[in-house]
Amino acid sequence: MSDAATATRRTPLYERHVELGAKLVPFAGWEMPVQYEGIREEHSAVRRHVGMFDVSHMGEVEVEGHDALAFLQRVLSNDVAKIEIGGAQYSCLCQEDGGVLDDLFVYRLGADRFLIVTNAANHGTDLAWLGRQSREFDVIVRDVADRYAMLAVQGPHARAVLTSALGIELPPRFHVSHVRVGRRPALACGTGYTGEDGVELLIDPEVASPIWAELLDAGVVPCGLGARDTLRLEVCFPLHGNELTPERNPIEAGLGWCCNEATGFIGSETIARARAEGTAETLVAFTIEDKGIPREGNPVLRGDEQVGAVTSGTFAPSLELGAGMAYVSAELAEPGTEIEIDVRGKRRRARIASKPLYAKRS
Amino acid sequence: MAPASSEGTYPEDLRYHEEHDWARIEGDQATMGITWYAQDSLGEVVFFDPPEVGATIQKDSSYAEVESVKAVSDVIAPLSGEIVEVNDALQDNPEKVNEDPYGEGWLVKVRLTAPEEAETLLGVQEYRKMLDR
Repeated sequence: MSDAATATRRTPLYERHVELGAKLVPFAGWEMPVQYEGIREEHSAVRRHVGMFDVSHMGEVEVEGHDALAFLQRVLSNDVAKIEIGGAQYSCLCQEDGGVLDDLFVYRLGADRFLIVTNAANHGTDLAWLGRQSREFDVIVRDVADRYAMLAVQGPHARAVLTSALGIELPPRFHVSHVRVGRRPALACGTGYTGEDGVELLIDPEVASPIWAELLDAGVVPCGLGARDTLRLEVCFPLHGNELTPERNPIEAGLGWCCNEATGFIGSETIARARAEGTAETLVAFTIEDKGIPREGNPVLRGDEQVGAVTSGTFAPSLELGAGMAYVSAELAEPGTEIEIDVRGKRRRARIASKPLYAKRS
Repeated sequence: MAPASSEGTYPEDLRYHEEHDWARIEGDQATMGITWYAQDSLGEVVFFDPPEVGATIQKDSSYAEVESVKAVSDVIAPLSGEIVEVNDALQDNPEKVNEDPYGEGWLVKVRLTAPEEAETLLGVQEYRKMLDR
């Protein structure tokens, strides 16, 4: 084992991943499973049946206090007041110039108590930012990442399997409920990152291993970060670090729907201007017309001119072709527009597509 | 842990390159592909971007790419020569590279321009030893 690998953190399920023969890779400071049997199988298990992801690397932050709502309204792009107790909402955490520090889900656990789930790579900077911004508010910002292991159980059969295997009452989509898992208090969240129905469980790290084993026995397919990435890409969910960065505002990323400038959140002035005036570039989805697989960083061409760059690219298992997302000049964003992707020196014909690239069969 | 080479299959009649490529030499021609170890490290192959028939390839240099869902891998030429045939069946069934890396998953056939280079390649025992190091 190399020094670099031992310096990374491991989730409570690390031993389970090793037992299952997972390929482990460093990701955001964690040693995470990228795949078990194979990305395509895992991807299709989630689209057709049910898969589970160890996403314990994700961070959790609790915000509590008399001013909790006012504080979150100030730091988050969406209208937090709209979340009822037991509700969930997607939001961006923006800096003053509208750049996206992180994208996250907020769960309202009580009138004055909220839980935020952060991206692993941003957890530290989010905490520092929230701590700094919280000074004028009567609120406590608490890092509770060590309190939870997180399992995302996703797919059309996710709810049925969870109900029968764990005997818990599940919340509707975009809601959160207090449950008991492994005889410990836990949270069940009707959210996910796959485009399928499913539940994310925030559970006591001590029971993570037996619960994982129980779900395996119930036929849930273990899935790695590889499938998580192809699943989210097909439904065009942005990934922070790729589509979302502090250099991009939510409007150009197509996230205007989760920004409510009337709340006066940090960054709202720039975002209001971007919404009114438009942005030079915009995030699009595209598919390759015949052969080739686009990859992050590939230039987007029209004629001999570079008109953008790929932010995420992959072979899309449900579409069975190369697909991705890219920032391109706003005037080229119309679905159907022909572009070319420079894949390591080879020009691949592509076409801007409507989002999402894959729509769940209902 | 079991030695790395115990997991896969490595036929006796092939010559191996350190970059995990194989050559089946028949007279002045060779069939080439990637080894069991290479396909296993890469994962499910979803695309093979072949060279053109007639192209010349140089020992130790990349002559093609194979891609899995997440990764791109250069294919290194074990020997120098001229491409006389590419495995077109891989366009529709690239997974043959995983299922049968030494058979239906072959990549190219090459007319060798320096057959003596074969002496520098590894035999199966040497290649297995290298994998286990």
